[in-house]
Amino acid sequence: MIPPSFQYHAPGSVDDAVALLSQYGDEAKLLAGGHSLLPMMKLRFAEPEHLVDINNIESLKGIREENGEIVIGAMTTESALISSALLQEKCPLLPEAAGLIGDPQVRNRGTIGGDIAHGDPANDHPALMMALDAIFTLVGPNGSRQVAANDFYLGTFYTALEADEILTEIRFSPQSPNTGASYHKLKRKTGDFATAAAAAVIEMSGDTCQRARITLTNLGPTALRVKDAEAVLVGQVITDDLIDQAAQKAMDICDPVQDLRGDVEYKTHMAGEMTRRAIKTAIERAKG
Amino acid sequence: MSKTQVNFILNGQPVEVLVEPRELLIHVLREQLLQTGSHIGCETSHCGACTVDFNGESVKSCTLFAVQAQDAKVITVEGLVSNGELHPLQQAFMDEHGLQCGYCTPGMLMRSYRLLQENPDPTEAEIRQGISGNLCRCTGYQNIIKSIQKAAAVINESGHDEAKSA
Repeated sequence: MIPPSFQYHAPGSVDDAVALLSQYGDEAKLLAGGHSLLPMMKLRFAEPEHLVDINNIESLKGIREENGEIVIGAMTTESALISSALLQEKCPLLPEAAGLIGDPQVRNRGTIGGDIAHGDPANDHPALMMALDAIFTLVGPNGSRQVAANDFYLGTFYTALEADEILTEIRFSPQSPNTGASYHKLKRKTGDFATAAAAAVIEMSGDTCQRARITLTNLGPTALRVKDAEAVLVGQVITDDLIDQAAQKAMDICDPVQDLRGDVEYKTHMAGEMTRRAIKTAIERAKG
Repeated sequence: MSKTQVNFILNGQPVEVLVEPRELLIHVLREQLLQTGSHIGCETSHCGACTVDFNGESVKSCTLFAVQAQDAKVITVEGLVSNGELHPLQQAFMDEHGLQCGYCTPGMLMRSYRLLQENPDPTEAEIRQGISGNLCRCTGYQNIIKSIQKAAAVINESGHDEAKSA
């Protein structure tokens, strides 16, 4: 399993990396953690002429709070998300979910930005970012622009990121009071992608749902936001019956691909169950 | 394809290799540097047999290019022995029958080495979680867990914690 030949570049700054992308265009590929790209290169599904390794760009790493927002550098590893005291306090959803990705060694290399920008519907961060209403900062030759996670995913392996742009930062609001969040992921074994997974972020006022975000992983061509399920819950006193209705709305929009993890019917059924569990756990946590 | 010079510290010694950018770290460790302790199991970052310590973290060396090791500090299972003496983890794997065919063992040892650095007194659940990226098809893991628990006890008693070459 030898990857194809390529020229290796290891720029020290975002500007240098963007310049390389501009110079080589479609022939270049960014190397983040490499745990999706290297396997694809070994199988010759990806054959970049130029590999731009951004692991040496220190400004892309780290987690901080800035003007009341959480800001995560795109090259922050899953392990760093898990051990972040800031995230554990202000957005416990992310450390919890990152612990369900890969295995310890993979999490030491795999990055949040790589997971987001790869565009694989099986990756976990896209649904999480959509549930958190995250904003992505994309830097290209003409400067930077911001794109909402909910507008970023256009198709399988197809995102709003241009070939000469780099995802540099992820921003979102810390979890507000009376809000609970949860990610339920069914997987066959450590390191596997989700058979079905659901994220729920729910704000409660007593027994009434004030705000809801419900998203799904690996159940369609991209991560999916289930607005119909959110609409079932918002403004209502939450009952088991309403949660079942929301889960049904999630199942209604599922369009999974049959594979070794299961057939379409099974995955769709599990999507409903993961949604039910994610909502219930999020509400329990919201009520604290 | 032109070759690139890469310098890094391997088991405490500076090494210099000429590699094609596409060469994986595991291949360079085994074939150029002749450190054949680290094994190639799946080559798809699932099995963990190629696990090495890379700048103080466990990584799967089949999913890293050797060029990425520039200036890195790498420890392989060969670096665990010091002055001809087995590391407490190696001794414990022997004493507790933590291996049968032995193929996964170098990866298990390197992963548990770092696990005990990060968490010197892990619970059984933490050990299971900690080695969840390393597959063993012989032991059923039971004796591997016993080995790591025993090594933790020995290390905590004697204060022997760092690989000499670290």
